[in-house]
Amino acid sequence: MNIVVLTKWVPEPEGTPTIGEDGLLVREGADGGLDPGDEYGLEAALQLVEAAGDGEITLLTMGPEIAQAALQRGLAMGAHKGVRITDESLRGADSLVTARVLAAAIKRQPFDLVIGGVESTDGYTGIVPAAIAELLGLPGLTFARELHLSDGTLTIERQTAAGYDVVVAPLPIVITVTAGATEPRYPSLKGVMAAKSKPVETLTLSDLGLSGDDVTPTQTVAEVTDAPPKQGGETVEFDDTTAARIADVLAEAKVI
Amino acid sequence: MALGSGGTFEGVSPSDLQPTDLIDIDHLLSDEEKQIRSVAREWVQRRILPEVEDWYEKGEFPARELAKELGELGFFLMQLDTEWTLGLNSVAYGLVELEIEAGDSGLRSFVSVQSALCGHAIHAFGSDEQKAEWLPKMASGEAIACFGLSEPDSGSDPGSMRTSAKKDGDDWILNGTKMWITNGGCSDIAIVWAQTDDGVRGFIVPADSPGFTANDIHKKLSLRASVTSELVMDGVRLPADAMLPEVQGLRGPLSCLNEARYGIVWGVMGAARSCFETALEYSKTREQFDKPIGSFQLTQKKLTDMALELYKGTLLAYHLGRLKDEKGLKPEQVSVGKLNNTREALEIARTSRGILGANGITLEYPIMRHMTNLESVITYEGTEEVHTLVIGEQLTGLKAFT
Ligand SMILES: Cc1cc2nc3c(=O)[nH]c(=O)nc-3n(C[C@H](O)[C@H](O)[C@H](O)COP(=O)(O)OP(=O)(O)OC[C@H]3O[C@@H](n4cnc5c(N)ncnc54)[C@H](O)[C@@H]3O)c2cc1C
Repeated sequence: MNIVVLTKWVPEPEGTPTIGEDGLLVREGADGGLDPGDEYGLEAALQLVEAAGDGEITLLTMGPEIAQAALQRGLAMGAHKGVRITDESLRGADSLVTARVLAAAIKRQPFDLVIGGVESTDGYTGIVPAAIAELLGLPGLTFARELHLSDGTLTIERQTAAGYDVVVAPLPIVITVTAGATEPRYPSLKGVMAAKSKPVETLTLSDLGLSGDDVTPTQTVAEVTDAPPKQGGETVEFDDTTAARIADVLAEAKVI
Repeated sequence: MALGSGGTFEGVSPSDLQPTDLIDIDHLLSDEEKQIRSVAREWVQRRILPEVEDWYEKGEFPARELAKELGELGFFLMQLDTEWTLGLNSVAYGLVELEIEAGDSGLRSFVSVQSALCGHAIHAFGSDEQKAEWLPKMASGEAIACFGLSEPDSGSDPGSMRTSAKKDGDDWILNGTKMWITNGGCSDIAIVWAQTDDGVRGFIVPADSPGFTANDIHKKLSLRASVTSELVMDGVRLPADAMLPEVQGLRGPLSCLNEARYGIVWGVMGAARSCFETALEYSKTREQFDKPIGSFQLTQKKLTDMALELYKGTLLAYHLGRLKDEKGLKPEQVSVGKLNNTREALEIARTSRGILGANGITLEYPIMRHMTNLESVITYEGTEEVHTLVIGEQLTGLKAFT
């Protein structure tokens, strides 16, 4: 059972990210770590390998030196090895470029399953895993809130707005795992110590047989503006009309 | 969601300098040391902080549960380099002790007694059979150990102990009472030090030995989230191989104390940091006379003085840690750390308590809990006076404590 887990370094989600003059996120010198959304997928991978009794989990990331921290955390949680792709020309890569690069890296080795988070905590596009599935010519099963593997077939409960769908596919496939699908383990001291001796490969574009044309973004950031400030909200004074007003608000928000 | 509770290994990605480390002591740490610290910090935040107030108020400590978790995480006996343990360097080990005591000194005592007192005793002075039997179980948390040196009438002067071990054929018969024994009532084994015909010797006493009883001490106002007990040995019969063969005389227990004191040098800086952070935060939000109390010069002086002692104490701990790995530590060097850091931590706790005013006396904030805990920490493992006199003797060549 060989599983590739997509891992991304993201800036501290509770902090305010710095946007450079080119409209891109400044990663150098920023506080951050492994995307919390990726930990659910890694935990799912760890559980599958533990249940299978054997297998190897490879963490795959694209990013500068700082992304090493995300790999280290994943290795400390229990992944077996890491691959980091870094190249000057990847600065400003859009979702499609990222997917091409990651797909090229995934193809280098035999694999059964690729697991990603639903979307990254910094970019929020949610496109990369589906694009990878397409590029690899494999089924992409998204929003898995529960997964079961038996006899080379994966069954997932796919989270939907109304409930869930049961989706079944034979391996190899690409899946995304929702937050809360698993409870990610915390690294132990043993894990941190063991991570030291786990292999991490650093690859460039030429190692993947990709050229500049493959990684030219089709999207560019034209402008970055601040999100509009939150509106003040409404304070409802308590009187005879309060209950009705609250019911109206909930109805407008389509909650009831 | 904060990465602190799920993501970051600080230091690998540089962060802004925090009030707790304006002089960038972090710069001295390796990435691995920082990662190890993160593991401890996250665990304490997630597992200990939400519950410790209740344990403290009720005077309880879920020793079995926590032992299992601490074992799985690798915190027990972490400093020992054996096939069952991680062999952390002294700074990494110290950082873990600091984070654990930032949770509670009782928790740190639990880990110190298991790792530094008992783990060290068996590792340094035990037979190969004793090590193989106990170290793996103690590392995994399957077995909890306690360390019986102090007695009702023998504290600072352990040479006056009355507990005795007498030969009966090949067996040993132990009689006596040990007092103030951390983990006493929740242990599987006790390392008991006793007078024999050839001086003080250490024994591994299984808690289920006939004639052995542990009575927990209640009504404590300090280290309430920690088990403290009296051990009574009434004709406890032990086989010959219960004795630790490799040490004779007070050197044995004193060497274990040195190991544990080293952990305290770091640990108390955790309690101090927790108090300082709490007081700093409070001083920025609490308003009196229409201003945050942190804007008053008197408060700023308190905060500054506390920060200085926190940095100095942490640097001292760091220095002793590197020295320990490179050259080994002399007892008086450990005394410098234990005396300075427990004293300053207690002072920081008291000053922080004042900054919180009435709120400072509740369990809603960690300060008073740390403060009362530190009253034990400054007493056990050598009182303030004893360490003062150890250093005094080194300075003058004149011994003042007998
Ligand atoms: C919560 C807690 C947990 C503990 N856990 C353990 C444990 O796990 N194992 C264990 O063996 N012990 C343990 N102890 C005991 C601890 O080590 C002793 O309390 C300590 O050594 C001091 O001994 P004492 O309390 O008998 O005080 P005493 O030795 O009676 O001292 C009383 C006072 O006299 C002072 N004094 C004594 N001699 C001199 C001198 N020559 N010159 C100047 N001043 C002096 C002391 O500094 C102190 O201020 C624990 C204690 C506490 C409070």
